[in-house]
Amino acid sequence: MEIKVVRRVLDVNEKMAQQNRNLFAEKGIFVLNVMSSPGSGKTATLERTLSYIMPEIKTAVIVGDICTSNDADRLARTGVPVVQVNTDEFGGDCHLAAHVIEKAASNIDLDDIDFLIVENIGNLVCPAEFDIGEDARVVVLSVTEGEDKPLKYPLMFRECNAAILNKIDLLPYLEYDKNSTLKNIQQINPGMPVFEISATKNTGFDPWIEWLKNKVKSKQNKKS
Amino acid sequence: MHEMGIAMEIVEIAISSIPDNIKNACVERVNLKVGKLSAIVPESLRFCFDIVSKDTPLAGAKLNIEEIPVVARCRECDFKWTINSPVFKCKKCESGLIDIVSGRELDIISIEVAEE
Repeated sequence: MEIKVVRRVLDVNEKMAQQNRNLFAEKGIFVLNVMSSPGSGKTATLERTLSYIMPEIKTAVIVGDICTSNDADRLARTGVPVVQVNTDEFGGDCHLAAHVIEKAASNIDLDDIDFLIVENIGNLVCPAEFDIGEDARVVVLSVTEGEDKPLKYPLMFRECNAAILNKIDLLPYLEYDKNSTLKNIQQINPGMPVFEISATKNTGFDPWIEWLKNKVKSKQNKKS
Repeated sequence: MHEMGIAMEIVEIAISSIPDNIKNACVERVNLKVGKLSAIVPESLRFCFDIVSKDTPLAGAKLNIEEIPVVARCRECDFKWTINSPVFKCKKCESGLIDIVSGRELDIISIEVAEE
């Protein structure tokens, strides 16, 4: 006997994500989901980003890692409220799911912030599949990785609204074809903005910060 | 990589879909649709499903996965085509303004329960 079910397997996550999204909309908070492969410089990029936007934009960060609080400790030094999520408490997961964000956000004073950054687990596969209730998604990649990363992880590059290409200060020392990377990104997600930066040398941040500030402000305006 | 979590979710949804009036139900088959653009590897999903379905009404059930191709439609010229390589541009007019019509599915369509 066949019994019709017709349900999305990720139904529960999607409902929870919508609940998060409603809460963040009510508070006028812009939520950014930052994803990348391990070692692309996600935390360094965020440290630098925070130094540009604080204290003008009141920000909090949720940091996901399978283990350790190293990234959270680094970000906390910038003075922003940081909530660390170790996914081994939730089953050693490879991504942050919506219920994890809901729990982490309950530890943040949402009336006191305009911007919430979620630093996802370093992984280009799974996080792309899970809606957490964010407004925008950004993928960080670096010039020490292959130029074909966008082609190997098309879902990630399709799902993101912008890309950050980090470590460009290393270009003179590498056999890296930057134009090929940019072409590959445009092939997967035509028109996607790409911000070329060096987090350690603090270069190229202005267009990225401007993009970010516009997003945060337009979310605030929607609330008021 | 997260196939285990997905398999657990499938078992949960399937069990909750068994009508109350069927006692000692034995599910023989779970019919799924999995889009090719979803981050799911069917072989891994089957492996995980066999593990997590043990000692449940789904033990031994077959996971029947229908893979759904990635189909896109151009917003500019309305051309519709199947994407087989990672190029997300209109095949006809080269516009990048495209919608993914299918390929992101991860749906349980039905379960098949053994007749008494």
